Formats: sequence, C-alpha cells, structure tokens
Amino acid sequence: MSAAASAAGDRMQRGRAFRGVFLRELHGYLITPVAWLFAVIFLLSAGAFTFYLGAFFERGQADLDPFFRFHPWLYLVLVPALAMRLWAEERRSGTLELLLTLPIRPWQAVLAKFLAAWVYIGCALALTFPMWLTVNYLGQPDNGVILASYIGSFLMAGAFLAISECLSVLTRSQVIAFIVAVAVCFLFLLAGDPLVQQPLLALGSGRVADAFADLSLLAHFQAISRGVLDLGDVAYFVLTIVFWLAANVAILDARRGG
Amino acid sequence: MIRTENLGKRYGRLDAVAALDLRVAPGQVLALLGPNGAGKTTSMRMIAGFLQPTTGRAMVCGYDVVREPIKARRALGYLPEGAPSYGELSVAEFLAFAARVRGLTGISGARRMDDMIERLQLQPVLAQGIETLSKGYRRRVCLAQALLHDPPVLILDEPTDGLDPNQQREVHALIRGMARDRAIIVSTHALDEVRAACNRVAILAKGRLRAEGTPAELESRSRYHGAVSFRAPASALARELLARQPEIDTVEVDAIDGRTTVFPRDGQDIFQIVVKLLAEQRVRIEELQLERGRLEDVFRQITDEAGAEPAVAA
Repeated sequence: MSAAASAAGDRMQRGRAFRGVFLRELHGYLITPVAWLFAVIFLLSAGAFTFYLGAFFERGQADLDPFFRFHPWLYLVLVPALAMRLWAEERRSGTLELLLTLPIRPWQAVLAKFLAAWVYIGCALALTFPMWLTVNYLGQPDNGVILASYIGSFLMAGAFLAISECLSVLTRSQVIAFIVAVAVCFLFLLAGDPLVQQPLLALGSGRVADAFADLSLLAHFQAISRGVLDLGDVAYFVLTIVFWLAANVAILDARRGG
Repeated sequence: MIRTENLGKRYGRLDAVAALDLRVAPGQVLALLGPNGAGKTTSMRMIAGFLQPTTGRAMVCGYDVVREPIKARRALGYLPEGAPSYGELSVAEFLAFAARVRGLTGISGARRMDDMIERLQLQPVLAQGIETLSKGYRRRVCLAQALLHDPPVLILDEPTDGLDPNQQREVHALIRGMARDRAIIVSTHALDEVRAACNRVAILAKGRLRAEGTPAELESRSRYHGAVSFRAPASALARELLARQPEIDTVEVDAIDGRTTVFPRDGQDIFQIVVKLLAEQRVRIEELQLERGRLEDVFRQITDEAGAEPAVAA
C-alpha cells in the first residue's frame, strides 16, 4: 500500500472512530431518562415562563422576546445537568480507559461528545417551534429577529455546554461537576452585571473588570436576540466554545500524564 | 510485538513502575504477576497508551504508543482493570459500538461479532442492559470488545477475575487458541492460570521487574525443585534415616496432611536414593512424587525480598 493510500485509510478509520463515539453519545441521550427529562422540562418551562412571567399575551406584541428572555436562565440549570455526566461518569465507571485506548485522539472524543450533546439540545430547541407558529398566527412578527434569536440561543447553549463538559472532566462526581458548572456558567452569564463587576472593581482593577464584562454571555446573547447577528457576537460564542473544548483536551491529556 | 524500554511511571516521590524492560513476541503469553500495588495495572495502562510514561517508552507492533498512538491502538486489544463498559447499553449495542469504532462494518464485521458472541457465550444476554448482568458476563462482554477486531497484541488485566471455574477454563482455552500468532500480556493473581494459559512469567514487586522466564524456569528457583515428597504411614524410622543421608538437606512433615517432603542438598538428584531407602525399610508408600517446584513458593520468596526494600525513591 502506498503512503498516500495508507494516510487516506488512517483518516477514514479515524473518521469512523469519531462517528462511532458521536453516535454512541447521541444514542445515550435517547435511552437515558436524564436526557428526556431535560427535553421535557426545557419545553414545559420555556412555555410556562413565556406565558406567565413573560406576560406573552398581555404585552400585546407579536414577538418572541418573552420566550427567549428566559433561555439563559433555563440553560444555566439544564445544560450543566445534561453535561455533568459527560466525563465524570466515564471516570467513575472506568470507561474512560476504554474510550481513550480506542483508535481516537482525545480532541476527537471531546468534540464528539460535545457535538452529540449540542445536537440533542438543538433538537429540544427546535421542538419549541409551536411558539413561532403561535406568534405568526396572532400577528406579524419580524421573523428575522426570531431566527437570529434562535441562532443566538443555540450558540449560547453551546457555550454553556463547552464550559460544563470541560468542568466535568475534573471530577468523578456528577454532583460536583453540576454545581461547579452552574457556578462558572453563572459567573460568565452575569460577567457584565454589577453583581460580578463590583467585586472586581473593589479589587481595584478597572481594566480587568472591563475585560471581564466583555465576556458576558448574557450581553452577547441579548445583542443577537435584538435581531442583529453581529459577527463579533457570533465569534465570541464560537471562541468561547473553542477555548473551553481546548481546555477540556488539555486537562484530559494532563490527567493521563499525571 | 510488545516491547518496553526503561518504562517508568512516577507519582510524586513514588515509583509506581521503574525501569521496566519487557519483550513479548508472537506466540508468547506473558503472565504478569505481583502483589497488589506492584505496578501491574500501571504498566499495562502505559503499554495500552492510557497513561503517559514518565520515563522510557512502550512499543506495540513497532509503533511507539505515545508518538503514534492511533497505529499502536489499532493493533491492540485491551481489557482494562475491572472490565468497564457502558452500563446503559445492551450487550449487542455495546459490541456494535466497538465494531463501528474499530471500522468493522458489513458482512465481515457481523461475522466477527457472531464469532465473539459464540465463543464467549453471550447469546443469552445479547438484548440485556449491561448494568443488569452478573460480574462474569460483564467481564466477558468487555473481553469480547478487546478481541473483536482480531488484534495482533492483547493486554488483558485480570481476564478471569469473577468467572466461575468453567468460564475460567473457557477463557484459558480462548487465550491459548489465540496465542499462536499473537503477543499477549495477562495479569493475574491466580497462579494456576499461569500453567493453564501462559508460557512466560514476569514477577513485579514494588514497581520493578524481579524475575522473568518460562514457568518451568521460575519453578526451578523454588526450594521444592528436585525435592521428593511422599505419603506413607508409619515411616518415622525411614525419615530419620533419610535425614542422615549426605545428599539430603532436610526432611519436613506437613502438619496438616502428614505429607513428607525431602529436600536435596545443593540441588543433587535424590529421587533414586529416596526410593531405594524407602524400599529397604519396607515402607508402604501411598504416594510418591518428584517435585517440579512451586510457583507460589517462588512468588512469595521474590515478593518478600522486594518487601524489605523501601518503596519510596530517594
């Protein structure tokens, strides 16, 4: 076999391993109760918040702002709950050893897990389409804004997921993974809020506070959900995801070295 | 096939494994023995590419497991300690996952899977969730995963732990059958497994290789090697006379089964001497045996010696 053919074979084999792990993960969501709970609670509470807390009807406006406004808070609890088992469970049960001795690179395993979970969340998000049908039935909303909001919501979920997945690799305990992930996600969600800003300012560093404010997930999500799909905001989410996935790979490698 | 050079793993000041040089050729089944904490699992994890070595390197089929991990892993079947598997999957789903990841698809893949299911007798539990299975079944499921892609190198960490005697014999037969053209490392606590399935032995203690050879070579290092043991009632006088022979070192009587063991002096051949003397004394012998040596004895001797050394590196 020529070197080129062998390299192509390598790539194909690696693609198979990646796909195998991705499909197993996705399959895992379909057969575990946690994942179904995630979907049901997400859909129920998204609806409940929109109509009760968001005063969907009373506002008398045909848009989905009251619907999207609560997404960050739903994700804050639900995404870490979905992601907490990603690595913690593999470490607890010992399957990590099985996974990392398969012909697959650690970054592929990290990415396969991330993508499977993201696709699953995307499906749950897509199942909120009756909301969109409702506003279109009731009035004439700006569907461009709604589409941008959906994209923003999906990107934000990805950022929460990448953070939670990365933190899950630090522990064998799903509970610890969950609590730490919620705390860190909360910090990034409200990075621009006085709640986070004031302690930073009190420490006397205005520049650090400003820099951190730029990392606010909430601010970037709100910017997108106003209907402006700004490249900077999209890049922010993509970079956040890439950063946390890279950190995940680094921690995974460090653990094998240690 | 499997080669380690100066392989070592250090945790803080503790050398979990140090300066390990192993070589396993096709056709060889190496039994890795040692007390708990000797470094067996750590060594296997490094060869399998799960743990990064602190020193030295490990090669599988000529591929460095750190530098060319994908090629090395493709040639490798690995049964990790505790035989982990995804509990929420059924046996069939788990094996299908392993097959897909290994690129075993289509008819040949299905045939391999059927073959593994038959040889490890997994047919009755195929549709069952793995977490509902007994320990023995779980081990066999994980073993099936390791063998599925027919790898030239196998690393099996306690493959028969938790299996009943019949299943153990099956697995031994499986390992012997595969050994012909493969390099296999098996770790175990069961010394009779060594005779049943392995043709090489390496004894680890405190992270270091203490002895290596064929089972017979190691047995010959036992003080029982060349000893003669017999059972005979009313042989007190004969025992006295035996003890006085110049070729004989000591005569011991087992307090429990009353078996007498005669140890030679300086490895001399004493079988004929014992037989002749017993015949002269007209001792009625119920059983008589020339001892090959006892692996248990060598194991204890070697690990006891290692135990006297400090575990922490200076």
